Amino acid sequence: MGELLGNYLPILVFLGIAIGLGLVLLLAAAVIAVRNPDPEKVSAYECGFNAFDDARMKFDVRFYLVSILFIIFDLEIAFLFPWAVAFKDVGLLGFWSMIVFLAVLTIGFAYEWKKGALEWE
Amino acid sequence: MTLAVFTFYVFSTIVILAGLLTVLSRNPVHSVLWLILAFFTSAGLFVLLGAEFVAMLLVIVYVGAVAVLFLFVVMMLDVDFAELKAEMARFMPVAMLIGVVLLMELGLVFGVWNFADQAGDLRQAVTPSLSEAHNTQALGEIVYTQYIYLFQAAGLILLVAMIGAIVLTLRHRPNIKRQNIVAQINRDPAQAMELKNVKPGQGL
Repeated sequence: MGELLGNYLPILVFLGIAIGLGLVLLLAAAVIAVRNPDPEKVSAYECGFNAFDDARMKFDVRFYLVSILFIIFDLEIAFLFPWAVAFKDVGLLGFWSMIVFLAVLTIGFAYEWKKGALEWE
Repeated sequence: MTLAVFTFYVFSTIVILAGLLTVLSRNPVHSVLWLILAFFTSAGLFVLLGAEFVAMLLVIVYVGAVAVLFLFVVMMLDVDFAELKAEMARFMPVAMLIGVVLLMELGLVFGVWNFADQAGDLRQAVTPSLSEAHNTQALGEIVYTQYIYLFQAAGLILLVAMIGAIVLTLRHRPNIKRQNIVAQINRDPAQAMELKNVKPGQGL
Protein backbone atom coordinates (compact mmCIF):
# COMPACT_ATOMS: atom_id res chain seq x y z
CA MET A 1 0.00 0.00 0.00
CA GLY A 2 2.73 2.45 1.00
CA GLU A 3 4.72 1.40 -2.04
CA LEU A 4 1.71 1.99 -4.29
CA LEU A 5 1.18 5.49 -2.97
CA GLY A 6 4.91 6.15 -3.26
CA ASN A 7 4.61 5.43 -6.97
CA TYR A 8 2.00 8.13 -7.23
CA LEU A 9 4.02 10.75 -5.38
CA PRO A 10 5.52 12.28 -8.56
CA ILE A 11 1.99 12.78 -9.91
CA LEU A 12 1.03 14.55 -6.70
CA VAL A 13 4.10 16.78 -6.97
CA PHE A 14 3.27 17.46 -10.60
CA LEU A 15 -0.32 18.31 -9.65
CA GLY A 16 0.90 20.70 -6.97
CA ILE A 17 3.27 22.45 -9.38
CA ALA A 18 0.57 22.65 -12.06
CA ILE A 19 -1.97 24.18 -9.68
CA GLY A 20 0.64 26.57 -8.29
CA LEU A 21 1.78 27.66 -11.75
CA GLY A 22 -1.80 28.11 -12.90
CA LEU A 23 -2.58 30.28 -9.90
CA VAL A 24 0.58 32.35 -10.41
CA LEU A 25 -0.28 32.99 -14.07
CA LEU A 26 -3.88 33.92 -13.30
CA LEU A 27 -2.96 36.19 -10.41
CA ALA A 28 -0.11 37.79 -12.34
CA ALA A 29 -2.54 38.66 -15.11
CA ALA A 30 -4.89 40.14 -12.55
CA VAL A 31 -2.24 42.08 -10.64
CA ILE A 32 0.49 43.14 -13.06
CA ALA A 33 -1.24 43.49 -16.43
CA VAL A 34 -2.32 46.91 -17.64
CA ARG A 35 -6.08 47.13 -17.70
CA ASN A 36 -7.83 49.81 -19.63
CA PRO A 37 -11.24 48.47 -20.62
CA ASP A 38 -13.42 50.11 -23.19
CA PRO A 39 -16.81 48.90 -24.47
CA GLU A 40 -15.41 48.49 -27.97
CA LYS A 41 -12.35 46.62 -26.74
CA VAL A 42 -14.21 44.09 -24.60
CA SER A 43 -17.07 43.39 -27.02
CA ALA A 44 -17.09 40.15 -28.99
CA TYR A 45 -15.15 40.38 -32.22
CA GLU A 46 -16.67 38.64 -35.19
CA CYS A 47 -14.66 39.50 -38.29
CA GLY A 48 -15.33 43.19 -37.97
CA PHE A 49 -19.12 43.28 -37.83
CA ASN A 50 -21.42 43.00 -34.84
CA ALA A 51 -22.13 39.53 -33.49
CA PHE A 52 -25.09 37.89 -35.22
CA ASP A 53 -26.28 35.72 -32.40
CA ASP A 54 -25.68 34.47 -28.91
CA ALA A 55 -23.01 31.79 -28.57
CA ARG A 56 -25.37 29.71 -26.40
CA MET A 57 -27.17 28.12 -29.28
CA LYS A 58 -28.42 24.58 -29.51
CA PHE A 59 -26.14 21.89 -30.79
CA ASP A 60 -27.07 19.46 -33.50
CA VAL A 61 -28.26 16.17 -32.02
CA ARG A 62 -25.78 14.30 -34.23
CA PHE A 63 -22.92 15.38 -31.96
CA TYR A 64 -24.74 13.60 -29.17
CA LEU A 65 -24.98 10.41 -31.21
CA VAL A 66 -21.25 10.50 -32.01
CA SER A 67 -20.28 11.00 -28.38
CA ILE A 68 -22.60 8.28 -27.07
CA LEU A 69 -21.18 5.81 -29.58
CA PHE A 70 -17.72 6.89 -28.48
CA ILE A 71 -18.57 6.20 -24.84
CA ILE A 72 -19.84 2.72 -25.62
CA PHE A 73 -16.64 1.75 -27.38
CA ASP A 74 -14.68 3.47 -24.62
CA LEU A 75 -16.31 1.14 -22.10
CA GLU A 76 -15.63 -1.84 -24.34
CA ILE A 77 -11.94 -0.94 -24.33
CA ALA A 78 -12.06 -0.48 -20.54
CA PHE A 79 -13.16 -4.11 -20.26
CA LEU A 80 -10.27 -5.19 -22.47
CA PHE A 81 -7.56 -3.86 -20.15
CA PRO A 82 -7.96 -6.27 -17.19
CA TRP A 83 -8.49 -9.11 -19.66
CA ALA A 84 -5.21 -8.35 -21.38
CA VAL A 85 -3.37 -8.03 -18.06
CA ALA A 86 -4.75 -11.30 -16.65
CA PHE A 87 -4.69 -13.09 -20.01
CA LYS A 88 -2.38 -15.89 -18.82
CA ASP A 89 -4.65 -16.68 -15.85
CA VAL A 90 -8.17 -16.48 -17.26
CA GLY A 91 -7.92 -19.70 -19.26
CA LEU A 92 -10.11 -20.82 -22.11
CA LEU A 93 -13.38 -19.74 -20.46
CA GLY A 94 -12.11 -16.21 -19.93
CA PHE A 95 -10.83 -16.06 -23.50
CA TRP A 96 -14.13 -17.15 -25.04
CA SER A 97 -16.24 -15.01 -22.75
CA MET A 98 -14.35 -11.96 -24.03
CA ILE A 99 -14.74 -13.14 -27.64
CA VAL A 100 -18.51 -13.46 -27.14
CA PHE A 101 -18.58 -9.99 -25.54
CA LEU A 102 -16.70 -8.55 -28.50
CA ALA A 103 -18.96 -10.41 -30.93
CA VAL A 104 -22.07 -8.91 -29.33
CA LEU A 105 -20.61 -5.43 -29.66
CA THR A 106 -19.48 -6.14 -33.20
CA ILE A 107 -23.13 -6.87 -34.06
CA GLY A 108 -23.92 -3.39 -32.75
CA PHE A 109 -21.04 -1.95 -34.76
CA ALA A 110 -22.26 -3.65 -37.94
CA TYR A 111 -25.75 -2.31 -37.22
CA GLU A 112 -24.59 1.27 -36.82
CA TRP A 113 -22.38 1.04 -39.88
CA LYS A 114 -25.25 -0.34 -41.94
CA LYS A 115 -27.61 2.33 -40.60
CA GLY A 116 -25.18 5.03 -41.58
CA ALA A 117 -24.79 6.39 -38.06
CA LEU A 118 -21.09 6.90 -38.69
CA GLU A 119 -21.67 9.10 -41.71
CA TRP A 120 -21.98 12.83 -41.49
CA GLU A 121 -24.08 13.34 -44.64
CA MET B 1 -0.10 13.59 9.91
CA THR B 2 1.39 11.68 7.03
CA LEU B 3 1.37 12.92 3.47
CA ALA B 4 -1.32 10.37 2.51
CA VAL B 5 -3.67 11.60 5.23
CA PHE B 6 -3.00 15.20 4.29
CA THR B 7 -3.70 14.44 0.62
CA PHE B 8 -6.89 12.67 1.61
CA TYR B 9 -8.16 15.74 3.45
CA VAL B 10 -7.22 18.06 0.60
CA PHE B 11 -8.91 15.85 -1.99
CA SER B 12 -12.05 15.27 0.03
CA THR B 13 -12.43 18.98 0.74
CA ILE B 14 -12.11 19.69 -2.98
CA VAL B 15 -14.65 16.96 -3.83
CA ILE B 16 -17.21 18.35 -1.40
CA LEU B 17 -16.65 21.93 -2.53
CA ALA B 18 -16.87 20.96 -6.19
CA GLY B 19 -20.04 18.97 -5.55
CA LEU B 20 -21.57 21.91 -3.73
CA LEU B 21 -20.65 24.30 -6.53
CA THR B 22 -22.06 21.84 -9.08
CA VAL B 23 -25.41 22.23 -7.39
CA LEU B 24 -25.18 25.94 -6.65
CA SER B 25 -23.71 27.31 -9.88
CA ARG B 26 -26.07 29.56 -11.77
CA ASN B 27 -24.68 28.66 -15.16
CA PRO B 28 -25.25 24.97 -16.02
CA VAL B 29 -22.06 24.86 -18.08
CA HIS B 30 -20.05 25.99 -15.05
CA SER B 31 -21.68 23.33 -12.91
CA VAL B 32 -20.62 20.67 -15.41
CA LEU B 33 -17.05 21.97 -15.16
CA TRP B 34 -17.25 21.71 -11.36
CA LEU B 35 -18.56 18.17 -11.84
CA ILE B 36 -15.47 17.32 -13.87
CA LEU B 37 -13.30 18.64 -11.03
CA ALA B 38 -15.26 16.44 -8.61
CA PHE B 39 -14.64 13.38 -10.83
CA PHE B 40 -10.93 14.13 -11.05
CA THR B 41 -10.49 14.51 -7.32
CA SER B 42 -12.56 11.38 -6.65
CA ALA B 43 -10.09 9.58 -8.91
CA GLY B 44 -7.39 10.86 -6.56
CA LEU B 45 -9.32 9.48 -3.59
CA PHE B 46 -9.57 6.08 -5.30
CA VAL B 47 -5.81 6.06 -5.78
CA LEU B 48 -5.42 6.75 -2.06
CA LEU B 49 -7.65 3.72 -1.38
CA GLY B 50 -5.36 1.61 -3.55
CA ALA B 51 -7.97 1.14 -6.27
CA GLU B 52 -5.83 2.25 -9.18
CA PHE B 53 -7.87 0.70 -11.95
CA VAL B 54 -11.13 2.28 -10.79
CA ALA B 55 -9.35 5.63 -10.53
CA MET B 56 -8.11 5.42 -14.10
CA LEU B 57 -11.55 4.30 -15.30
CA LEU B 58 -13.05 7.31 -13.57
CA VAL B 59 -10.69 9.57 -15.48
CA ILE B 60 -11.13 7.82 -18.83
CA VAL B 61 -14.86 7.13 -18.76
CA TYR B 62 -16.33 9.86 -16.61
CA VAL B 63 -14.05 12.78 -17.31
CA GLY B 64 -13.36 11.83 -20.89
CA ALA B 65 -16.80 10.80 -21.99
CA VAL B 66 -19.68 11.36 -19.60
CA ALA B 67 -18.62 14.90 -18.80
CA VAL B 68 -18.42 15.70 -22.51
CA LEU B 69 -21.86 14.17 -22.87
CA PHE B 70 -23.17 16.33 -20.04
CA LEU B 71 -21.75 19.37 -21.78
CA PHE B 72 -23.57 18.42 -24.95
CA VAL B 73 -26.83 17.89 -23.07
CA VAL B 74 -26.46 21.21 -21.30
CA MET B 75 -25.72 22.96 -24.56
CA MET B 76 -28.60 21.28 -26.34
CA LEU B 77 -31.03 22.65 -23.82
CA ASP B 78 -31.76 26.26 -24.57
CA VAL B 79 -30.16 27.86 -21.56
CA ASP B 80 -32.51 30.71 -20.78
CA PHE B 81 -31.69 31.88 -17.30
CA ALA B 82 -34.77 34.01 -16.66
CA GLU B 83 -37.02 31.13 -17.61
CA LEU B 84 -34.98 28.70 -15.55
CA LYS B 85 -35.42 30.83 -12.48
CA ALA B 86 -39.17 31.05 -12.90
CA GLU B 87 -39.35 27.27 -13.35
CA MET B 88 -37.22 26.79 -10.25
CA ALA B 89 -39.66 28.65 -8.02
CA ARG B 90 -42.47 26.49 -9.35
CA PHE B 91 -40.75 23.16 -8.68
CA MET B 92 -39.08 24.16 -5.42
CA PRO B 93 -41.66 22.53 -3.08
CA VAL B 94 -41.45 19.18 -4.88
CA ALA B 95 -37.65 19.33 -4.89
CA MET B 96 -37.61 20.14 -1.18
CA LEU B 97 -39.94 17.23 -0.48
CA ILE B 98 -37.72 14.80 -2.41
CA GLY B 99 -34.66 16.19 -0.62
CA VAL B 100 -36.22 15.71 2.80
CA VAL B 101 -37.33 12.15 1.97
CA LEU B 102 -33.83 11.33 0.74
CA LEU B 103 -32.27 12.80 3.86
CA MET B 104 -34.60 10.81 6.11
CA GLU B 105 -33.84 7.60 4.23
CA LEU B 106 -30.12 8.21 4.58
CA GLY B 107 -30.62 8.90 8.30
CA LEU B 108 -32.53 5.64 8.70
CA VAL B 109 -29.81 3.69 6.93
CA PHE B 110 -27.00 5.20 8.99
CA GLY B 111 -28.97 4.93 12.21
CA VAL B 112 -29.41 1.16 12.11
CA TRP B 113 -26.22 0.30 10.22
CA ASN B 114 -24.10 -2.41 11.73
CA PHE B 115 -21.54 -4.64 10.12
CA ALA B 116 -22.08 -8.39 10.03
CA ASP B 117 -19.29 -10.29 11.75
CA GLN B 118 -18.16 -11.98 8.53
CA ALA B 119 -18.40 -8.83 6.38
CA GLY B 120 -14.72 -7.95 6.57
CA ASP B 121 -13.56 -11.47 5.79
CA LEU B 122 -16.05 -11.86 2.94
CA ARG B 123 -14.80 -8.70 1.35
CA GLN B 124 -11.20 -9.78 1.73
CA ALA B 125 -11.89 -13.22 0.27
CA VAL B 126 -13.03 -11.97 -3.12
CA THR B 127 -9.79 -10.37 -4.22
CA PRO B 128 -6.19 -11.18 -3.51
CA SER B 129 -4.41 -8.64 -1.33
CA LEU B 130 -2.54 -5.77 -2.94
CA SER B 131 0.83 -7.30 -2.22
CA GLU B 132 0.02 -10.44 -4.24
CA ALA B 133 -1.58 -8.99 -7.34
CA HIS B 134 -2.25 -5.46 -8.42
CA ASN B 135 -5.73 -4.18 -9.08
CA THR B 136 -6.09 -4.75 -12.78
CA GLN B 137 -4.78 -8.29 -12.48
CA ALA B 138 -7.12 -9.07 -9.59
CA LEU B 139 -10.12 -7.76 -11.53
CA GLY B 140 -9.13 -9.59 -14.67
CA GLU B 141 -8.90 -12.87 -12.83
CA ILE B 142 -12.53 -12.83 -11.68
CA VAL B 143 -14.55 -10.65 -14.06
CA TYR B 144 -14.32 -12.90 -17.11
CA THR B 145 -14.71 -16.29 -15.42
CA GLN B 146 -16.39 -16.06 -12.03
CA TYR B 147 -18.75 -13.26 -13.04
CA ILE B 148 -19.16 -14.33 -16.65
CA TYR B 149 -22.96 -13.90 -16.72
CA LEU B 150 -22.77 -10.35 -15.40
CA PHE B 151 -20.00 -9.62 -17.87
CA GLN B 152 -22.09 -10.86 -20.80
CA ALA B 153 -25.08 -8.90 -19.46
CA ALA B 154 -22.87 -5.78 -19.52
CA GLY B 155 -22.12 -6.50 -23.17
CA LEU B 156 -25.82 -6.82 -23.95
CA ILE B 157 -26.58 -3.58 -22.12
CA LEU B 158 -23.95 -1.80 -24.20
CA LEU B 159 -25.52 -3.26 -27.35
CA VAL B 160 -28.97 -2.05 -26.29
CA ALA B 161 -27.54 1.40 -25.51
CA MET B 162 -25.90 1.56 -28.92
CA ILE B 163 -29.04 0.52 -30.80
CA GLY B 164 -31.23 2.74 -28.63
CA ALA B 165 -29.08 5.81 -29.29
CA ILE B 166 -29.17 5.17 -33.02
CA VAL B 167 -32.92 4.53 -33.12
CA LEU B 168 -33.70 7.60 -31.05
CA THR B 169 -31.41 10.18 -32.59
CA LEU B 170 -30.55 9.11 -36.12
CA ARG B 171 -32.64 11.00 -38.62
CA HIS B 172 -31.69 10.78 -42.23
CA ARG B 173 -32.44 13.99 -43.96
CA PRO B 174 -33.94 13.57 -47.39
CA ASN B 175 -32.72 15.66 -50.33
CA ILE B 176 -29.11 15.61 -49.21
CA LYS B 177 -26.52 14.54 -51.74
CA ARG B 178 -24.28 11.84 -50.37
CA GLN B 179 -21.02 10.57 -51.72
CA ASN B 180 -21.31 7.03 -53.07
CA ILE B 181 -17.71 5.98 -53.54
CA VAL B 182 -18.46 2.65 -55.24
CA ALA B 183 -20.62 4.35 -57.84
CA GLN B 184 -17.93 6.97 -58.40
CA ILE B 185 -15.20 4.42 -58.94
CA ASN B 186 -17.31 2.25 -61.21
CA ARG B 187 -18.18 5.13 -63.48
CA ASP B 188 -16.55 5.04 -66.87
CA PRO B 189 -16.73 7.40 -69.84
CA ALA B 190 -19.35 5.24 -71.52
CA GLN B 191 -21.77 5.78 -68.64
CA ALA B 192 -20.74 9.32 -67.89
CA MET B 193 -21.43 10.92 -71.20
CA GLU B 194 -23.70 10.47 -74.07
CA LEU B 195 -23.08 11.91 -77.49
CA LYS B 196 -26.08 13.29 -79.26
CA ASN B 197 -26.09 14.24 -82.82
CA VAL B 198 -28.07 17.44 -82.80
CA LYS B 199 -29.53 18.42 -86.09
CA PRO B 200 -29.19 22.09 -86.97
CA GLY B 201 -32.28 24.09 -86.28
CA GLN B 202 -33.80 21.51 -83.92
CA GLY B 203 -33.58 20.92 -80.21
CA LEU B 204 -33.00 17.58 -78.51
